[in-house]
Amino acid sequence: MTLRISSQHVEAILEQSRVEYPDECCGVILGPEGSDRAEILKPMINAAHSPTFYEFDSKDLLALYRELDDNSQEIVVVYHSHTETQAFPSRTDIAYASEPNAHYVLVSTRKEIAPENEFRSYRIIDGVVTEEDVEIVAAL
Amino acid sequence: MSATTSSSKIEVRIPTILRPFTNGEKVVSADATNLAELISALDKSYTGLGERLLENGELRRFINIYINDEDVRFMGSLTATLKAGDSVTILPAVAGGC
Repeated sequence: MTLRISSQHVEAILEQSRVEYPDECCGVILGPEGSDRAEILKPMINAAHSPTFYEFDSKDLLALYRELDDNSQEIVVVYHSHTETQAFPSRTDIAYASEPNAHYVLVSTRKEIAPENEFRSYRIIDGVVTEEDVEIVAAL
Repeated sequence: MSATTSSSKIEVRIPTILRPFTNGEKVVSADATNLAELISALDKSYTGLGERLLENGELRRFINIYINDEDVRFMGSLTATLKAGDSVTILPAVAGGC
């Protein structure tokens, strides 16, 4: 299993995580239904505004799903950052992973690896986490 | 005209993760005059669905339910009333933490 993602999107996500530090940042990448193409990056507001938790605002969430419906799109990637811990899904991440077809991307901005960042991707299905390769391309 | 309180047929949109309970159906319907009744009716038709929406008789914290475009938490949660033509959307929260 692999996540194919453009270097532009990777950079944008890492930049967003730096800008929103010390809070966790979050967002999605959308693509045509069934395509598994991570085409449209959509940063989302972390309504929890927390360094240890993220949540999409419920109104934003509804607007997102209406948009997906209108455009026959699906969520291809759900991403968020871990500010002081590793880029690995936590128990909470696993408990709330509700998009079985999505790639769950985690980035870590923890100081001990600065200026490096971690950018990793996982499938989370029925509570089981499987890490996958990340193939960074110049363009999708 | 008689004033009877009859149940209304309510359209319910089911998120991907709960479709195994509805035999893959994206949209189902049930009769109800409020959200609690709706969940009860859905659970009768789709066993196990109720438990994914409720915990100890309350709406689960990380399940969002909307009546038309309003989050039911602003409409009395389980007591939110439903009328003919209303559309209910269920969306699990997108959330997590470290």
